[in-house]
Amino acid sequence: MGIVVVDVMLKSEILDPQGQAVAGALPRLGFHQFTDVRQGKRFELTVEGEVTDEVLAAARSAAETMLSNPVIEDVVGVRAQQPAPQSPAAEPQAAEHQV
Amino acid sequence: MKIGVVTFPGSLDDHDARRAVRVAGGEPVSLWHGDDSLHGVDAVVLPGGFSYGDYLRAGAIARFAPVMSALIPAARGGLPVLGICNGFQILCESHLLPGAMIQNDHRTFICRDQRLRVENATTAWTSDFARGDEITIVLKNQDGQYVADQRALDELEGEGRVAFRYVVGRSVPDGPDTDAAQVTAPVKYDRFATRNPNGSYRDIAGVTNERGNVVGLMPHPEHAIEEGYGPSLDGRKFFTSVLRSLVNA
Amino acid sequence: MTSATKPGSNEPDPSTQIGVDTVSDASTTPDTAQPWSELGLKADEYARIREILGRRPTIAELAMYSVMWSEHCSYKSSKVHLAQFSENTTAEMNEKLLVGIGENAGVVDIGDGWAVTFKVESHNHPSYVEPYQGAATGVGGIVRDIMSMGARPIAVMDSLRFGAIDHPDTHRVLPGIVAGVGGYGNCLGLPNIGGEVVFDPCYQGNPLVNALSVGKMRIEDIHLAKASGVGNLVILFGAKTGGDGIGGVSVLASETFDADGPAKRPAVQVGDPFAEKVLIECCLDLYAAHVVDGIQDLGGAGLSCATSELASNGDGGMRVWLDRVPLRDASLRVEEILMSESQERMMAVVEPGRLEEFVAITARWDVEATVVGEVTEGKHLEVFWHDELIIDVPPRSVAHDGPVYHRPMHRPAYLDALQAAVPDDLVRPGDGAGLKAALLALMASPNLCDKSWITDQYDRYVMGNTALATPDDSGVVRVDEETGRGVAISTDCNSRYAKLDPFSGAQLALAEAYRNVATAGAVPLAVSDCLNFGSPEDPDVMWQFAEAVRGISQGCKTLGIPVTGGNVSLYNQTADEAIHPTPLVAVLGVMDDVARRTPSGWQTSGQVIYLLGATGDEFGGSAWSQVAHDHLGGLPPRVDLDAEHRLGEILVNASRQGLVAAAHDLSEGGLAVALAEASLRNGVGARIWLDEVCGRDGVDAFTLLFSESAARAIVAVPRTEQVRFTDLCTSRGFAHASIGVVEDEASVLEVQGQFILSLDELSAAHTSTLPAIFATR
Repeated sequence: MGIVVVDVMLKSEILDPQGQAVAGALPRLGFHQFTDVRQGKRFELTVEGEVTDEVLAAARSAAETMLSNPVIEDVVGVRAQQPAPQSPAAEPQAAEHQV
Repeated sequence: MKIGVVTFPGSLDDHDARRAVRVAGGEPVSLWHGDDSLHGVDAVVLPGGFSYGDYLRAGAIARFAPVMSALIPAARGGLPVLGICNGFQILCESHLLPGAMIQNDHRTFICRDQRLRVENATTAWTSDFARGDEITIVLKNQDGQYVADQRALDELEGEGRVAFRYVVGRSVPDGPDTDAAQVTAPVKYDRFATRNPNGSYRDIAGVTNERGNVVGLMPHPEHAIEEGYGPSLDGRKFFTSVLRSLVNA
Repeated sequence: MTSATKPGSNEPDPSTQIGVDTVSDASTTPDTAQPWSELGLKADEYARIREILGRRPTIAELAMYSVMWSEHCSYKSSKVHLAQFSENTTAEMNEKLLVGIGENAGVVDIGDGWAVTFKVESHNHPSYVEPYQGAATGVGGIVRDIMSMGARPIAVMDSLRFGAIDHPDTHRVLPGIVAGVGGYGNCLGLPNIGGEVVFDPCYQGNPLVNALSVGKMRIEDIHLAKASGVGNLVILFGAKTGGDGIGGVSVLASETFDADGPAKRPAVQVGDPFAEKVLIECCLDLYAAHVVDGIQDLGGAGLSCATSELASNGDGGMRVWLDRVPLRDASLRVEEILMSESQERMMAVVEPGRLEEFVAITARWDVEATVVGEVTEGKHLEVFWHDELIIDVPPRSVAHDGPVYHRPMHRPAYLDALQAAVPDDLVRPGDGAGLKAALLALMASPNLCDKSWITDQYDRYVMGNTALATPDDSGVVRVDEETGRGVAISTDCNSRYAKLDPFSGAQLALAEAYRNVATAGAVPLAVSDCLNFGSPEDPDVMWQFAEAVRGISQGCKTLGIPVTGGNVSLYNQTADEAIHPTPLVAVLGVMDDVARRTPSGWQTSGQVIYLLGATGDEFGGSAWSQVAHDHLGGLPPRVDLDAEHRLGEILVNASRQGLVAAAHDLSEGGLAVALAEASLRNGVGARIWLDEVCGRDGVDAFTLLFSESAARAIVAVPRTEQVRFTDLCTSRGFAHASIGVVEDEASVLEVQGQFILSLDELSAAHTSTLPAIFATR
């Protein structure tokens, strides 16, 4: 099972009111080092099997036709997600459930 | 004259759009999103609401509905289409109109009686108005800020394709779109006083295509058609215009 | 209690859960220790469950009883008092009542074959925890109650109470609650036609969100929540079931879980208004096709409540296969599935022969529908998990015959001193300038200021049937587009009055809502209530509750309008500080033609302004005493329900006969505030003279302007109708006097001999308060 991650951001010339709100709120929590915040969207698309180049191309096409609105958004990333490391408890559990 | 009104899952003002068509003297026809036929209607209204919950982006999913596969070529071919609020969003997502809508600049939903100026009285849906007419129409939305790049905006202005503009003038500090600075400056009371209610670029409230058959606007004319149930009767002319233009066609 | 594997493999079989406690297990292991106390049950309640079942309960049964017998679901502390509502309902009052107390919502006959259902409900604690979702799911829940009666929901209202306006925690909860009410209601396409916003420090740790919904249907389309007809199918449809709102039951997980236990479950429910909008349309299509026999919505206590109530209300039993419930989260335990409060779910009882039609309709709307059970012979609710019987209970014992408490109550010790602390000695304005300043201060005060910052976040136009909405006195919606027949609704409560005297305060809430409905020109018909109080374990609070219920029930009998249903919210307190008793009353009235409704503001110069009703020196709990002196003491204004009834008749008849162009009732802030509000409504001023009434009633200008005597209203009467109008008042022996004239030219509110107040100045004071605090740009 593979996952393709797609990132979409508002175009830089579009005012981002949500990002602005976040940028205004961070200093109140003590974060003074961030001069700007822009908010976007991240999509995770699941495929059976591996993430091949064809899968990535299909994801990019889906991103450009539906996941983003090209008038106001850019697709800034389409990549395979790295699989999560195996959890150490996985193997012993299997043994427990054996008849 | 038959005017189709499309219902998507989540459409809210379809019932009211049908009423407006009836009041203007037309025959409303209900069109289902999943049906790829327009059933020979003479014009189509894409009504307001939250189609598909506004998920992904307002209108982004509705734009791919089967009914749109029939509507888009028909619109390109001259069929009069009116997109109201969510309908406007769907028309923009479908690229039948330029630009896009993002969240209101004050980040809240706003419902108010909004003063508009008619900028283009030659379209299928505005021919019963005169250019410069000021009308009062209900505005109610969360994502009504019209944006487009400079080139697109200049093109719209240059070709006279801005259909409606928000009348921006004196304002009363009351609604959620209030600028904090306004609070300290006492203003003359005027119940029709307005401000740009969502940050739309160039105060644009509605636009039309080159041919003038497709018009989209954020405010809701279908809520200004009945005495006692809206701020005015100014919405009627949207529907009488198209009926007249169809008769004359 | 073993795990199992799929035959022929080493993988665990997900269809069996580790530790499912069955009925046969329970029969054979009577001495197993059970966490009944952690689940909120008392020792005697646990003993009673064992007695009812003749064995120990299974874990699932224990969970079911614990939630269904909780205060929130069983009303155990309030039942004995709420009985007064039924006891005080006469046969005459019942005539228009089609469905009374005990169903999801009451239903009244409004004429012409139309029925209207309405109810108000609270979602207080969740809104404090998660303001947006708490408020949103509060709206979602009340709308589902209305839907489940067979109605199309046609409007919502919200009554909100917050702590001090400038407190940081108010800033935390208010925007979220308003956004949640608007976000959910707007997306459902329901106009928000009114409500209240009240600020008082007593609500600081306990904001109140009371949501009302009203729906319409033809009388023959009323549906009830009962499962009858052996062999009929029980269908769960709507959203999938997830882990929403089951915080309390998660203690079970800690009892029976091993290392594979899930993370702590969320206590907050998350709403999806789009799913509910689709559900509304789907249900209406199902009702129109007559494929639904019984219907129930899933709210508090989820499946355990829906199944036990449907079975208990019906005449048979029910069998449910819990494993068929579509899940969003496969790791849920059986108890969690039973208790889940996932939103946007309904349960229908359908004849087997109509199943295909049912499913065709749900499929058209992309709504998932699953047969999860059937109606059976006998009086058992049986729930299976695969082939294991995990619940076998008499449904009545769960849903209706829960514990009944007779909690101790006594009149609070502080009350004598509080009532003795009358406002008579508070310093009053001495001249016209002082009166003007007092009025401006009141109009700018948090409770009386312009609420557009909030109410403009709600769609009041959708459906195109809103004839009147906030800030007018009641919300008015058209029900029949051909005839104009419609309803008017108002929700009111002055909790300061109720703190001073819960009996009178509750009656004054009823009177105010009654008056507001009549002011719009509608005939009051029915009542719903939302009783928000502190802890029932506090005898002071229990006394307040009993007094309030006594006040409302007697008041309803006097006015001849029945309580159709309502809601109780207890435990609204932080440590020892209870909120003021807040018995919210909603009154619904009917109009033959809502086009005749009377707006609250005048528009035409020359119309004569009349004051209806007599004024006394009554400042106990008043807005002036709060704003000018932060004072709460004395007694609330005297209640005269006979006067309210006569006033109502005058206002309704005047409306019908076209004798009044505007009408506005007097409440907080008295006459001065009413005059100011009526002027600001359309920006048209007035010239007022007070001497005649001051002489007649024996009060000074200050008292006439700011006292809060009840049963009063102002109206604007066209000169041509003056005689007919005054005759109407005289024939009812009701005090009336002309006190002014509408004057547009100068745009001022002038009280002759006292002050001239420009509408600009008045408007600036009125509209700046909320934006100054909440505007973010």
